[in-house]
Amino acid sequence: MLTFKNVSKVYGKTKKAVNSLNLNINKGEFICIIGPSGCGKTTTMKMINRLIEPSEGHILIEGKDIMDQPKVKLRRDIGYVIQQIGLFPHMTIGENITLVPKLLQWPKEKRKARAEELIELVHLSKDYLDRYPQELSGGQQQRIGVLRALASNPPLILMDEPFGALDPITRDGLQEEFKDLQQRLGKTIVFVTHDMDEAIKLADRIVIMRDGEIVQVDTPDEILRNPANEFVENFIGKDRLIQTKPGVTKVGQIMNKVPATIHKEETLSTAIKQMKEKRVDSLLVIDHEHHLEGYIDVEDIEQNRKKSTTVSEIVETELYKVKENSLIRDTIQKMLKRHTKYVPVVDENNKLKGIVTRATLADLVYDSIWGEEESEEELTTLQ
Amino acid sequence: MNAMIQFLNDQGTTLLYKTWEHLFISITAVLLGIIVAVPLGVALTRFKKAAETVIRIVSVIQTLPSLAILAFFIPILGVGKLPAIIALFCYSMLPILRNTYISIKNTDQNLLEAGRGMGMTSWQLIYKIELPLAVPVIMAGIRISTVYLIGWATLASFVGAGGLGDFIFDGLNLYMPELILAGAIPSTILALLADWTLGLLERKLTPTTTSKQSELA
Ligand SMILES: Nc1ncnc2c1ncn2[C@@H]1O[C@H](COP(=O)(O)OP(=O)(O)OP(=O)(O)O)[C@@H](O)[C@H]1O
Ligand SMILES: [Mg+2]
Repeated sequence: MLTFKNVSKVYGKTKKAVNSLNLNINKGEFICIIGPSGCGKTTTMKMINRLIEPSEGHILIEGKDIMDQPKVKLRRDIGYVIQQIGLFPHMTIGENITLVPKLLQWPKEKRKARAEELIELVHLSKDYLDRYPQELSGGQQQRIGVLRALASNPPLILMDEPFGALDPITRDGLQEEFKDLQQRLGKTIVFVTHDMDEAIKLADRIVIMRDGEIVQVDTPDEILRNPANEFVENFIGKDRLIQTKPGVTKVGQIMNKVPATIHKEETLSTAIKQMKEKRVDSLLVIDHEHHLEGYIDVEDIEQNRKKSTTVSEIVETELYKVKENSLIRDTIQKMLKRHTKYVPVVDENNKLKGIVTRATLADLVYDSIWGEEESEEELTTLQ
Repeated sequence: MNAMIQFLNDQGTTLLYKTWEHLFISITAVLLGIIVAVPLGVALTRFKKAAETVIRIVSVIQTLPSLAILAFFIPILGVGKLPAIIALFCYSMLPILRNTYISIKNTDQNLLEAGRGMGMTSWQLIYKIELPLAVPVIMAGIRISTVYLIGWATLASFVGAGGLGDFIFDGLNLYMPELILAGAIPSTILALLADWTLGLLERKLTPTTTSKQSELA
């Protein structure tokens, strides 16, 4: 949907910031542009919405040359998020979010409805719509910054280090939330970052740049496995290359595909029987279509044995879940951080696909420790 | 005290009339100043090269002695209210122009970048973002201008424009201190009142940046 054809940008007379760039971005793709400072990431991105005009070449969106469209119209059709957030301090959150719809002259009712719909996407209450930016934390502000870019539902969103100024924990949460949002809404994203971990986590494809040129474009997996040259290798960093295995292993590859489950309408006594049979202390609760409803554990049953009879009465719905394509490395970290014993794996429709338990992790650690040593032995024998 | 009551009995209506004249001259001059200096200040931020020069010229005008400026306009515009208003208008320019220019120029670049990136036109950037955020500083310039002008408007009497200056000049000529006071005191009161009113206006015009909720807290 987005194509760069021999695009160059020359500042002044001689400074070539971007040099004859060619790139094809598909619809719904999450592209991260990464590279050392000054390599032309921002320039590349801003040429897309003509905040910077290309000196040479063509940029096409859905086949149409951006230079043939009025700037203002072009920009209203492209979401834009900046690192400094840039919420307008004299407008409420609601007004900030619906700025582009207002520019597009949507009626007031429609704007209000849209703001309410959007704020729910990031799990903030409607009260926030009447507050002002300075009353929100940095992380909340950038959530609003993202919503503002989504407001008129543009198919393409540009983001220049949007999470760069946030503390690591907030950033981590927002990355996850945003990736999830992007997949649900099917947006095409061009995301500039200088954080390799961020790129690996978010991108469908990573564009690595150096001195205004593209060095490699590939999936995170491929880049980690087969860096194009020494520059990429150094840029990724030795430690990441070594831990590549667990680094890019997806949850789907190692999860246990037959978790212990119980139907929500079953009785508690059936539940306890199941636990005994399978030798587990908790069960994932599902409905007819195999959607994950929550979990119950043996203590809950014990406490509520007299008052309740069915599983659905005592099911705990608050629980942390991951997708099949989540990185196992992140999942491990989260499990350790949250002290959870297991994490259920679901698809986009919340259907239960499997479970990652601490036992699964033990397998993985075993593999990576003994697996590594085995290969080292192989090396010695080969030599 | 008696002298004052006596004075008000004799000259009450004149005093009211002169006060009105005084106010009319100064307010007209300030309004002209706003109409010219605010747009000019905004425009200068778009032509930064010209900005320095223009502001320097306006600053020079400010340093010319007020009587000289008034006298300068007599051959061109004759005597009366017009030359007085024009001369005062020249003085009102600088604080308003400079404050407008500086506050607009210092608008947070990130906000402009965000606005532009979302597809706001230059006009929309000015009236939706730059001007509202610059209100407190521009209003400060307008307040300073107004207070000065009300003081200087006493000199308008010199070119036959009327106003409270008439009392002061009569007082000087006839050597009657109470007449000087009859001009000076109301003019001071006017200046204070104007400043106070503009302060209220400023608060009204300054955009809110916090919700009621947190103001209470
Ligand atoms: N307006 C400008 N005028 C002249 N040179 C510029 C301008 N903007 C950027 N450059 C130069 O062009 C090059 C690319 O800049 P760009 O901002 O695209 O880099 P970047 O990859 O985004 O860097 P960073 O990671 O530091 O944000 C740099 O060498 C920069 O100094
Ligand atoms: Mg940059």
